[in-house]
Amino acid sequence: MEAVYSRTKTLNGNLLGFCPGCMHGTVFKLIGEVLEEMNIDSSTTAILGIGCCGLAQEVVSYDLATAPHGRACAVATGLKRANPDTIVFTYQGDGDLASIGLAETIHAANRGENITTIFINNGIYGMTGGQMAPTTLVGMKATTAPGGRDPGQHGYPLHMAEIIDQLIAPVYIERVSCNNPANVRRTKNAIRKAFRNQIECRGYSLVEVVTSCPTNWGLNPGKSLGFLEENMFKEFPLGVLRDNTEVK
Amino acid sequence: MSKKLFLKGGEAIAEAAVRAGCRFYAGYPITPQNEIPEYMARRQPQVGGVFVQGESEIASVNMVYGAGASGTRSMTSSSSVGISLKSEGISYCASARVPMVYVNMQRGGPGVGTIQASQQDYFQATKASGNGGFRMIVLAPSTVQEAVDMTYQAFDLADRDRNPVLILGDGVIGTIMEPVVLPEMKSDEEVAALKAKHHGWAIVGHSREEKRGFLTPGFWSTDSLEAHCLELEKLYSSWEENDVQVEELYLEDAEVVLVAYGTSARIAKSTMEIMRDEGCRIGMIRPKTVSPFPARSFDRINYDTCRCVLDVEMSIPAQMLYDVRLGVKDRAPVECCLRSGGNLIEREDVVKEIKKILEGGGR
Repeated sequence: MEAVYSRTKTLNGNLLGFCPGCMHGTVFKLIGEVLEEMNIDSSTTAILGIGCCGLAQEVVSYDLATAPHGRACAVATGLKRANPDTIVFTYQGDGDLASIGLAETIHAANRGENITTIFINNGIYGMTGGQMAPTTLVGMKATTAPGGRDPGQHGYPLHMAEIIDQLIAPVYIERVSCNNPANVRRTKNAIRKAFRNQIECRGYSLVEVVTSCPTNWGLNPGKSLGFLEENMFKEFPLGVLRDNTEVK
Repeated sequence: MSKKLFLKGGEAIAEAAVRAGCRFYAGYPITPQNEIPEYMARRQPQVGGVFVQGESEIASVNMVYGAGASGTRSMTSSSSVGISLKSEGISYCASARVPMVYVNMQRGGPGVGTIQASQQDYFQATKASGNGGFRMIVLAPSTVQEAVDMTYQAFDLADRDRNPVLILGDGVIGTIMEPVVLPEMKSDEEVAALKAKHHGWAIVGHSREEKRGFLTPGFWSTDSLEAHCLELEKLYSSWEENDVQVEELYLEDAEVVLVAYGTSARIAKSTMEIMRDEGCRIGMIRPKTVSPFPARSFDRINYDTCRCVLDVEMSIPAQMLYDVRLGVKDRAPVECCLRSGGNLIEREDVVKEIKKILEGGGR
């Protein structure tokens, strides 16, 4: 029988340590498939942020470095500028990219660095155990906002894709999710486009993936999907915010 | 090649770095080291290198982490309070074994301090440049020529050890103009070969048959990190044997031995020379590496003649003093001659302390 589907060679077979219902595993699979299909996995380096994404460091087969918390885009800037032949992507959660790394994220985008950023937004700190993130929804409970996010105290969720869309330099900004097969395919297409932009030296691409965190949302994976679709998508609407890839 | 040029310290350091093969520089403005990024902004494009003005010291050091991780000779610089911001990135480089060179043109501290020269960062430079107890070779130039030579050497040391190397200067070294002879410019081929040497571990992409480049300053297993720390400890210990640089003067007959590095050492040395002409038996130990510290030099002091060891530094409270005491091991009293706040030590300060010792009758 002909094999029509197999695990991407860019995942080395080590166990993924992500919680049930977490979408990190799906996104790493998609990244790996794209790298393999584009035949660029041997020239690609991942710069991981700090947080749950670190669980992938022993799982992927391509080159990888861990950046200090929030600094992935600065590390990627240095690597890409010093070695332009390497395909460089950052993989960062919301705490990493939007809180502690806000300056590095925005300035790399503003310089139009020829890198790809994959931003996982689940509205909560995962690895450290459910603290409030810059993207936590109003009213959503977190261990450091036990009464729920209160705008009077905590302000409002940051919309990173929209913020980066204010800048002139970025070429491609899309917000996607992995809540159903159609959206998984859209996410894969967005990731492919973001890497193609880099190969073609077009500049900075951001793919924001709105995901769930069943463990820290205190919901089972099924109910997490419901929360994601009903609440997260309302705050963070999916879609293409900018696509200048055809204009050159 | 032996043409003498009249150069400012910061510019001379930047040119020496370029000649050593530095092809990536990222930095953020802070006085008194702006000459380095400004020079690099002009110079790197001429040699096919990269200059980036980072949005902060933090971003800059992390750009250097990324560039160094490609095997490219990379550098950043800052001053005191800016170096504090870089400390996390430096710790990451030390843990991930990424070679890089950085310069600290020390200014007054703590806090934002003053913009004038000081030596207020000795502990930070030699003991705790970031979290996790890593160590570095720290070169402390006393003249612009020495800053040039040390910068050139620093890249070789960083490459050899896959570890950060610090040039510990101060506001005087950064801004003074002196005649210097620059080292030879490495050719493009040499620079490419130096980078290629690192291909095995550099995170530039590897074929599926090769071992991947994998740089992580984090570990999931406590045993793995312990093994990593043991390996680092072995590296650090090797420096005591191989990498101590020091100038020892008149230790065999000195009644007072001055200990000073960097700009303080220039002043201490000239004081010593003047007083020796007047018949006072003064000697000196000048650490050129403050890490590894030249502790064994203190075994070469003649303690039959030595009445006191005088620690001379531009830091209040004294910081190098503790290394000096460890070297002296109670074989002689240790006194201090200190200035701070961005005030330079003056010869009169040193003379006053020496006279106090000599007139006091010693032990």
